[in-house]
Amino acid sequence: MQDARLYSLSAIFQTPDEIAHAAEQTVERGYTAFDVHSPYPLHGMPRAMGLKASKLGYVTLVFGLSGAALALFFMWWVNVIEYPLVIGGKPLFQLPAFIPVTFEVTVLMAAIFTVVGMLFVIFRFPNTSHQLHDTPYMKAVSSDKYGLTIQALDPLFDEERVREFLQDLGAVEIHRIQFDAEEIEARPRIFEPRFVTLLILVALLVGPSTYIILNHVLYMPPFDWMMEQQKINPQMKSELFADGFGMRSPVEGTVARGHLPYPFKGQPDLAGKFLVNPILPTESVLELGKKKYDTFCSPCHGNFGDGDSRLRGQFPNPPTLHSDKSRGWSDGMIFHVVTEGQNIMPSYASQIKERDRWAVVHYVRALLRAKHATEADLR
Amino acid sequence: MSFVDYSVEPPVVEGKPPLSSIDDAIIKPIDAKPTKAWFVAIAVSGTMLLIGAASLAVTFIFGVGMWGVNQPVGWGFDIVNFVFWVGIGHAGTLISAILFLLRQRWRTGIARFAEAMTIFAVMCAGLFPLIHTGRPWLDGYLMPYPNQHGLWINFTSPLVWDVFAVSTYFTVSAIFWYVGLIPDFATLRDRTVSRIKKIVYSILSLGWRHSNRHWQHYEMAYLILAGFATPLVLSVHTIVSFDFAVSIIPGWHTTIFPPYFVAGAVFSGFAMVQNMLIGIRKIYAIEHIITIDHLEKMNKIMITTGMMVGYAYGMEFFIAWYSGNSAETFVFFNRALGPYAWAYWTMVICNVVFPQLFWFKKIRRSIPAMFVIGVLVNVGMWFERFVIVVTSLSRDYLPSSWGFYVPSIYDIGILIGSFGLFFTLLLLFVKSMPVVSISEVKGVVEGAQPSHGGSH
Repeated sequence: MQDARLYSLSAIFQTPDEIAHAAEQTVERGYTAFDVHSPYPLHGMPRAMGLKASKLGYVTLVFGLSGAALALFFMWWVNVIEYPLVIGGKPLFQLPAFIPVTFEVTVLMAAIFTVVGMLFVIFRFPNTSHQLHDTPYMKAVSSDKYGLTIQALDPLFDEERVREFLQDLGAVEIHRIQFDAEEIEARPRIFEPRFVTLLILVALLVGPSTYIILNHVLYMPPFDWMMEQQKINPQMKSELFADGFGMRSPVEGTVARGHLPYPFKGQPDLAGKFLVNPILPTESVLELGKKKYDTFCSPCHGNFGDGDSRLRGQFPNPPTLHSDKSRGWSDGMIFHVVTEGQNIMPSYASQIKERDRWAVVHYVRALLRAKHATEADLR
Repeated sequence: MSFVDYSVEPPVVEGKPPLSSIDDAIIKPIDAKPTKAWFVAIAVSGTMLLIGAASLAVTFIFGVGMWGVNQPVGWGFDIVNFVFWVGIGHAGTLISAILFLLRQRWRTGIARFAEAMTIFAVMCAGLFPLIHTGRPWLDGYLMPYPNQHGLWINFTSPLVWDVFAVSTYFTVSAIFWYVGLIPDFATLRDRTVSRIKKIVYSILSLGWRHSNRHWQHYEMAYLILAGFATPLVLSVHTIVSFDFAVSIIPGWHTTIFPPYFVAGAVFSGFAMVQNMLIGIRKIYAIEHIITIDHLEKMNKIMITTGMMVGYAYGMEFFIAWYSGNSAETFVFFNRALGPYAWAYWTMVICNVVFPQLFWFKKIRRSIPAMFVIGVLVNVGMWFERFVIVVTSLSRDYLPSSWGFYVPSIYDIGILIGSFGLFFTLLLLFVKSMPVVSISEVKGVVEGAQPSHGGSH
């Protein structure tokens, strides 16, 4: 029975010719779990060891082609779909101008994934605690010797016979390489106090420093950002005025353009008497009125002014607009109610512009007339 | 007259040193304490770096108005230096990738150092477009990413191609370099006696075991990377030249630019590698690994690329005359006879005249002579970029909008700083990593490979 802790028998050879011969003999004997170690790649060794040709090129091919396709697709998406900009009168999809970036991305993807695939997938690196590491054998083959290792897990492995075989091949030294008992039993020690302390320290360092950099350092000179400008924004304090307000009120006794106050405040009768609809009920005006009515009025008054609220009792229903009382109102009176509100209806002056309010009046008139059409209207 | 047998390749490494002596020669300087000369060198380069840092600080605080650029010359030293440094980098990739594909085994001795130079030169180069934007903290917008503004970059712009080309070039060069270093780190790991170094090298070598099952994939990966790096290096300077050639400025809008730029890049890069290696082989006492034959071969490449550049200078003039385009004709008269004529003639003499001395074998193999010529070539190649960038911009179509460019003291400070950065990184590199690829050199020593026919 084998020693369970034995990893391999590893022999050291002096010359490249000897190791090439040894590799061939090992294959001939039928060993499969073996390896040749040398400080530099030896010509013809893969053939002597009976290795199949490296398939790494396929990794490169797949990732290179996907890089090309990805780059081309991405540029098409950006320049044609997402952010189309006509430059120099040329078509949006300009294949010649996309070639440089396509090429660069192809090379980048192919190179990165070839190396990543080789090191981390094929070689399963990083692996810094292999049984061969730190042995006199590894020190010799990393300098100027050539080594042949036959692993104990080989089905044909028999320590005595392998030792004899290696000696016959002309090995100058034979090393018994064993698994490290401590290492076999070792468990990952992530909860070790020292490691946990390190993690906490790193967190304590990284957290606050990230906060300070992102919120303070980046806003100190010389960094300047377009959103951070030396001007007074609304609600900001001003050093210039005695009252310290950044926002100023208009000069006393003046009125800004388009901000004339409503002259019939609290006087519905006068409004009904003197206000006249200044716009004509054209098709576009009625459409505008319908849009505003549907948005602002219909939730309570219903789609056709019947007072059938769409709010399903969440707010008291207003009376119908088709009553005789309201049908008798003048345009000015309706405008006044929309502007000032009535009973529990609030003012819509700030939500609907003046002209739009007049359009709503036209639309309400059309609604009233539609429900109470006379024979003359049919003509 | 001695007879040379050209059918036999001369040995790449002089003599037949035992393999372990190669380890010693290359690793000893890393393990030894730095010498006084090294400290003096890093003090000088560090000072240069600080001059650059101070100039940059002034630029960041007060803006790019501190530089000499203004209308109409909006591209000054920043772009000149960018093109210069990218060019320096190209020699490294040429040596490591193109000469690898051409099976030039002599490259093994110089490839590692040249690759390191590539990476450092591209770092210096990459700095300039970033600071040239004026507000470098906004450079993130150069990359396409989904942002809250809904903005995307314009993929038809040569400046965007440049971003992709230079960043890809840097990444692939760094990968290539690191893949080459892995076996050497493993050798260092197995040799070192220092505990800290052991940990560092173990991590860097990723656990490399010199296994031939690995070497097989490794060689394939190296071949693939070389195969990609070759068109990549040609594409990078081609795209850099597009920054100029795709515009419609007279003197820039020419189809000769891509090959002309690539040849110039290799030319200046080889001059820089040659200059640096002359020092390294002397200080490290590795004259048997980086031999005088290496330097001679590099000088031969310099004379070749130098003549390509000279041909391009001539051809630009010919086309300016042959096209009958008056703006184009004027630009070239202006270059040779205008206010920047001194820069133009410096460029011609340094790049075309002096390298002709390499026709003489004595000069090709004389270290002081080749060193001086190498320095002159780099001066000339820097002025080439200056001539291209500045003369064309300062006098284009409209005489009423002509101007004259004078660099400010901060421009010069940043140029000095870029050299400081380059030399500082190089000095740190030669003190911390093997400057010659240990595993590759071992593989080309005579008798290192199994004799053919014997065993298979």
